[in-house]
Amino acid sequence: MSGKNGNNRLRAREPLTDTQLLMYISVGIFVVMYAAAALTLKGGFLKPQMIFDLLNDNAALIIISCALTIVMIGGGINISVGGVIGLTVMSCALFLNNNHIESSALSILVTLLLALGIGLGFGLLQGFLVAHLEIQPFIVTLAGMFLARGLTTILSVNPVKVAHEGFQELVKTKLKISWLGYTAQNGNLIPAKIEIGAIVAVAVVIVMFLILRYTRLGRNVYAVGGNRQSALMLGINVKSTVFWSYVISGLLSGLAGFVFLMHKPAGNASVAMRSEMDAIASSIIGGTLLTGGVGNVIGTFFGSMILATIQKIIALSPLNASWWQEMASGAMLSFFILLQSLVLMRKNRSKRKAKQKAAAKTAEEKPSGTGGGTA
Amino acid sequence: MEDGIVLAMRGICKSFPGVKALNNVDFTLRKGEIHALMGENGAGKSTLIKVLTGVYEKDAGSIEIEGCPGEAHIHSPQQAQNIGISTVYQEITLCPNLTVAENMFIGRTSDRLVHWKDYEKRATEILDNLGIPARAKQELSRCSLAVQQMVAIARAVDMNCKVLILDEPTSSLDDKEVAMLFQLMRDLRGRGVGIVFVTHFLEQVYEVSDRITVLRNGELVGEYTVKDLPQVELVAKMIGKSLDDLAELEQFQKGKGAQDEVVYEAEELSSSECRPFDFKIRRGEVNGFTGLLGSGRSESVRAIFGADQVTGGKVKINGKTVRVSNPHEAMKNGIGYLPEDRKRDGIIADLSVRENIILALQTIRGMNHPIPRAKAEAFADEYIKALDIKTASQDTPIKSLSGGNQQKVILARWLLTHPQYLILDEPTRGIDVGTKLEIQKLVLRLAEEGMSVTFISSEIEEMLRTCSRLIVMRDRNIVGELTGDELTQAQVMKTIAGGEE
Ligand SMILES: Nc1ncnc2c1ncn2[C@@H]1O[C@H](COP(=O)(O)OP(=O)(O)OP(=O)(O)O)[C@@H](O)[C@H]1O
Ligand SMILES: [Mg+2]
Repeated sequence: MSGKNGNNRLRAREPLTDTQLLMYISVGIFVVMYAAAALTLKGGFLKPQMIFDLLNDNAALIIISCALTIVMIGGGINISVGGVIGLTVMSCALFLNNNHIESSALSILVTLLLALGIGLGFGLLQGFLVAHLEIQPFIVTLAGMFLARGLTTILSVNPVKVAHEGFQELVKTKLKISWLGYTAQNGNLIPAKIEIGAIVAVAVVIVMFLILRYTRLGRNVYAVGGNRQSALMLGINVKSTVFWSYVISGLLSGLAGFVFLMHKPAGNASVAMRSEMDAIASSIIGGTLLTGGVGNVIGTFFGSMILATIQKIIALSPLNASWWQEMASGAMLSFFILLQSLVLMRKNRSKRKAKQKAAAKTAEEKPSGTGGGTA
Repeated sequence: MEDGIVLAMRGICKSFPGVKALNNVDFTLRKGEIHALMGENGAGKSTLIKVLTGVYEKDAGSIEIEGCPGEAHIHSPQQAQNIGISTVYQEITLCPNLTVAENMFIGRTSDRLVHWKDYEKRATEILDNLGIPARAKQELSRCSLAVQQMVAIARAVDMNCKVLILDEPTSSLDDKEVAMLFQLMRDLRGRGVGIVFVTHFLEQVYEVSDRITVLRNGELVGEYTVKDLPQVELVAKMIGKSLDDLAELEQFQKGKGAQDEVVYEAEELSSSECRPFDFKIRRGEVNGFTGLLGSGRSESVRAIFGADQVTGGKVKINGKTVRVSNPHEAMKNGIGYLPEDRKRDGIIADLSVRENIILALQTIRGMNHPIPRAKAEAFADEYIKALDIKTASQDTPIKSLSGGNQQKVILARWLLTHPQYLILDEPTRGIDVGTKLEIQKLVLRLAEEGMSVTFISSEIEEMLRTCSRLIVMRDRNIVGELTGDELTQAQVMKTIAGGEE
């Protein structure tokens, strides 16, 4: 154990952590599933546009999945995300239709701030209740969900279509990439189209990855989820860590509401109904453990993409019915959880062996020791 | 505050529901001293430390710390760390899902960003310096208990602190690691750090400490310099009476109860973790497995109990061939096993003391035959008294007991099943001197009553006092068996080392 070769030791490859392992599994499954769909169903799956469509249609889901991942890593849960999307969409739609701001750009900007404000409000309130009053996160966010849904219906029971012209322009704005496009039957080149929301979603994933990996807050979230008591003893401010994780989660939900509106510019009492369940499923499939301490937004991103792909496959296959979709998603979710626990079990078994080997090795190298001293 | 004093705690009181854990306790720590905090299990040592570091709020009293004018108000471990108190708690308080390096640095900086490269480089340096066999990027859960303990210590000593607190840091370390820790402590003392040291190993206290403060039942007994307090007196102060039990122990002649009848016999028994070995034990016999940490002594008894996956071998109990491939079958066949790692295999933190005690018996009876409440209460009462378990009541959740008392509860659990063959792996780790002797006496008494016992301990003396036969292991093989006159410390060490001089 003289270990003068510190650098070599730093470079030595470590076995994968649980977080990494589960993330790779979900990436792998996504690739396999997509490839299988491309081979069997052909059609749209062979075009890059399919990937962009998955992103365009599921941008809001990806964002709220990230919102769930951060609180789940910290050992909590947030089921108000869907409700907050609903409330944000309705409020923003009403605001866009009824404000008297001259400049259309300014009006959209204020709408965005409104969306973020609603999310932030929920985040602050829920964060305070969970972190400082130590109320069960499930209960707090369940109440948050009811509150948000209730407020949405108070705002309007009828669907509200966005009539704001500037915003409609925004909805139509798409990034076009011609070299990823394809030639239609009539010979026209159709470029690949990416919505603003999809770009925002990918940006959110990247930012959240950086936050979780490289900031003190992010690491503290992992520590709190890994062992709350230990985190406290290690000098981490557990309350503030939990609080901020809910604030971020709320803020992202508000953002997701705005992105949702950019995809479908209409408010409605049942918008994003049950999307919190999809978000939880995405996080779990992406390798976030409900017990906390393990997870990664890159995994979550692929988790959402897996769910989205399943839905697409079913929509394109003869089994197109909503109950089929739900059953298939459910089956996949069970399969993933089973797979995860099998993999973790195997890994932990080898972990114990490694530990014992290490202990044996240490003992060999210390022939003088006989254990904890004598009394 | 007087010169030369880094920490002064005055009149500290702390109550938990049903227990007065600290009653008007004073504690003074001077610059550049190693101050041992001594007391029986449940005396209040860990509580005093946790009050100081802000884990618990004190009910009354004042704390003054050098460099902080007036009274210090510490409400969280974070604050304690910031004003220069670094702590290694009794239970290992690191995060299993983070890397070794991260565990050493998290919670210490006010930097908003994490500099992984820095962390890993500095962690590697520290690990190398201290000779800790771990890698910076390794996930902590992949390290052995001893390494985790060393990492916790490395973290604490790396902090620029004026007070260093070590609550039973040596409980899972071997001699060499202990010696290294002591060297570190002496270096820090030289630099003027005040060190609080808690342990149940009396010899360690006399090896490094300058001063001793003794607590008993949450009250201060006194503060002494080491040279004014011989070991016998220290024990007397801790338990409140003088300890002449050693003499009493001699009355129980070891090996007296051993009969000819073989209770348990294994041929070529092997498990996923250990190589095939033969083993037998007679009725009323106390034997021991000894060897270095990692020599396979724990793995062997785990195989006997079926705690690891059994891969081969023939087992006879009372002459009849039986199958013991999992703990449940072992229990049904009258084998009991007190595991070494009580955090992982032992306590169920949120269940009450009573439920933890009756757990094994209940499992044997099967869930369809619940133990009546009155009976369970009687059992719990009996063992709480017999092992002197300090608990507010039977209904207290076990997690709120002191470390040593939790250990006693697990011991009670196995004694209650009245196994014909009981395996005890490190039953006295973290247990105070008085109770240690009680447990040794109990083992001898049980043997006299016809129970067979396998006893594993890191303290050879303890094994020599109780066992009439010692099986010595090295590199996962049995390399010798000592009985009768061969049972001396020198002989054991020689066999462990491999017979050569
Ligand atoms: N969180 C808690 N809730 C309730 N009671 C507690 C709690 N922590 C400690 N106690 C009680 O306070 C008393 C003192 O416990 P403490 O842990 O300080 O003992 P100790 O001297 O450290 O003993 P040991 O040597 O066994 O570690 C015990 O009676 C214990 O049951
Ligand atoms: Mg203690």
